[in-house]
Amino acid sequence: MLIRMAHGSGGKETSTLIQQIFAKHFHNPILNEMEDAAVLSVKGKIAFTTDSFVVTPLFFRGGDIGRLAICGTVNDLLMQGAIPKYLTAAFIIEEGMPLKDLEKIAVSMSEAAKEAGVMIVAGDTKVIEGNGGIYINTSGIGEIDDNLIMSAKNCSVGDIVILSGTLGDHHACILSHRMGIENTISSDATPLNEPVLALIKAGIKVKAMRDVTRGGLGTVLNEMAEASHKKITLDEQSLPVGEEVRGLCDILGLDPLYMGNEGKFIAVIEQSDKEKALKLFHTTEIGKRAAIIGEVSEGEGVTLVTTLGGSRHIDVLYGEGLPRIC
Amino acid sequence: MSKMQQILTYLKNYDSKPVKLMEVCGTHTSAIAKSGIRSLLSPKIQLCSGPGCPVCVTPKAYIDKLCEYAEAPDTVVATFGDMIRVPGSQLSLAEVKARGGKIEIFYSPFEMIQKAIDHKEITYIIAAVGFETTTPLYALMIDQLIERGITNIKFLTALKGMIPILEVLCTSEHTLDGFIAPGHVSAIIGSDAYSLLASHFHKPFAVAGFSPEEVILSIYDLIKQIECDKHEVHNLYPEVVKPLGNLKAQRLIEKYFKTAHTHWRGIGEVEGSGLYLRAEYKNFDADSQLSISEEKVPLDCKCQEVIRGRIQSSECKLFGTSCTPEHPVGPCMISGEGACGIWFREGGKAC
Amino acid sequence: MCLAIVGHIQSIQGSKAKVNYNGNILQAELGIVEAKEGDYILIHAGCAIEVLTKAKALELEDLFKELQEAFNE
Repeated sequence: MLIRMAHGSGGKETSTLIQQIFAKHFHNPILNEMEDAAVLSVKGKIAFTTDSFVVTPLFFRGGDIGRLAICGTVNDLLMQGAIPKYLTAAFIIEEGMPLKDLEKIAVSMSEAAKEAGVMIVAGDTKVIEGNGGIYINTSGIGEIDDNLIMSAKNCSVGDIVILSGTLGDHHACILSHRMGIENTISSDATPLNEPVLALIKAGIKVKAMRDVTRGGLGTVLNEMAEASHKKITLDEQSLPVGEEVRGLCDILGLDPLYMGNEGKFIAVIEQSDKEKALKLFHTTEIGKRAAIIGEVSEGEGVTLVTTLGGSRHIDVLYGEGLPRIC
Repeated sequence: MSKMQQILTYLKNYDSKPVKLMEVCGTHTSAIAKSGIRSLLSPKIQLCSGPGCPVCVTPKAYIDKLCEYAEAPDTVVATFGDMIRVPGSQLSLAEVKARGGKIEIFYSPFEMIQKAIDHKEITYIIAAVGFETTTPLYALMIDQLIERGITNIKFLTALKGMIPILEVLCTSEHTLDGFIAPGHVSAIIGSDAYSLLASHFHKPFAVAGFSPEEVILSIYDLIKQIECDKHEVHNLYPEVVKPLGNLKAQRLIEKYFKTAHTHWRGIGEVEGSGLYLRAEYKNFDADSQLSISEEKVPLDCKCQEVIRGRIQSSECKLFGTSCTPEHPVGPCMISGEGACGIWFREGGKAC
Repeated sequence: MCLAIVGHIQSIQGSKAKVNYNGNILQAELGIVEAKEGDYILIHAGCAIEVLTKAKALELEDLFKELQEAFNE
């Protein structure tokens, strides 16, 4: 059975769809009320963010658009030091989408939400003409401890940068699907609760965190350097990159520094806590390939010390990172 | 100290007469930037980029023709990724795509063969751009198209040869002391192809691979040749480059293509430097022999000086001001291997 | 201009090879080389353009030796 325009009409088909797919898999006491808005209790300062997801293909090794939709917003909250609590999920579905695919996505979102400890408390569904595609928006709220201030402005000279794991897995996974190149690269879409909350709980002096999504590490570090008015120097040899991902990059002429992830982040941490922090990362499943990749100093921009010992300026990503011959 | 360390130390401390070396190939420019090689060299060793970036030397009229095809009925333009952002006289392929033009990007042009079989009502125009590394691919494709009776693929060619353009540079650019020769072009044409240039113009050539170490070794080799007053062709990529090259590939190119003069953006017409389909294979040609009238160079754009190795990108007035990757003026800023684009992204720092 | 990688031929079907490059399996046309299973080939845009004469790893050592001889060092 396929999604039809009637499923978005607001009438009987819409409510049946909501009951049979979304309410069934997202159920929680707040959503079950099915009011026009969710009424929430939150403690103290909150972080609030939104993100939209338009990836194709919809399903790929390691995840799908639904998993991305949960992890993306959850991770943005975590990067602010917030404990993610509540999400909304809005769907724009193109007619022709198989209902069973929609259900697969909903199940995936439900599982990711459980992993992240969040409830999906409100949602919306629209249906438009098209070819069976789907676009998802999620917004999220998280609670921040009053004493916690996570900001790039706090980065100081001598701070170190830890990267939680291998670069470019998600981007490489999607590209492999699109280009028909066989490998075992899996998207790394995952909620980052475990390492982030471990760092906070252990009282590690974390100045700022950013997840490494579109635009890759190169772009994220430039944003960090600019916001902190400091220079970040990276060590090429220490950058963790999976062998198959590096291989794919060589084949397509891409640079892992500019490939996106969906389950990796950088943390700028005070020098004195670097060993303790790295050890903590290594005790988590997600962070087992974490590495100290660089240091903060006076100056501006991002510089990479190459394996040959040379010096290379790293800018933000320009363009789309399309495969090239030359 | 390891051998590589010794060589790096030597290059860092080099203090004899200043030397200017050209890395001809855009892939070498990219490799040099990625490994930060310029920062490891003495200020007396200057590396400059050459015209070996096929996208950078493709005339605007070619892009215009592709844009036209992309908006023609029952026609799809298929291209490598790095062509799509290069502007013609008005638009780039990316802009034409945004307004509904039919453009597909491939990793390999061979992907289009099955598409042509599956969609017999569509004519696929392959943007066949490249040097000798890529030309044999198109020749092999034509072999396969003929064998399988496929008639709905045509090639809009902008194929160029290395040796004629190197001859132009050797003749006109007296400040160039040596050449890092392109490793993969050389796999096709052979390392012997540079011998006449080396002996006639007294310039050393080092055929190099693309790893940081191989590029460093080629720079070292050229410096040493210059010191010893040698002007030889040294093949430093022997596992891939043979003296006579890939004869099978050369025969295939010869079968389908003939040489002719062709237009290099920023340089002008160069005798015998282009390859066009022979008359008997015209049915695979998408009208490639364009008449290029004098191309208007944007005011103050110095791409033509950059690709001849006369100036560094940062010496162009527009560089980093009105010409940036976000709003490029000249082709050298747009292409992934254009000297100006690479220079900009690497912070515009000279060695 | 010449982005290419060295892959290891796993199997050949007609004029095409299945090639392994660091765990990535891709297809390569063999029409302009003479190659057999187990060979290392240089692949540019989905086409083999040369068969390697020896393993890449040895190459740098040989180059050092050649340079030494060329310049009597």
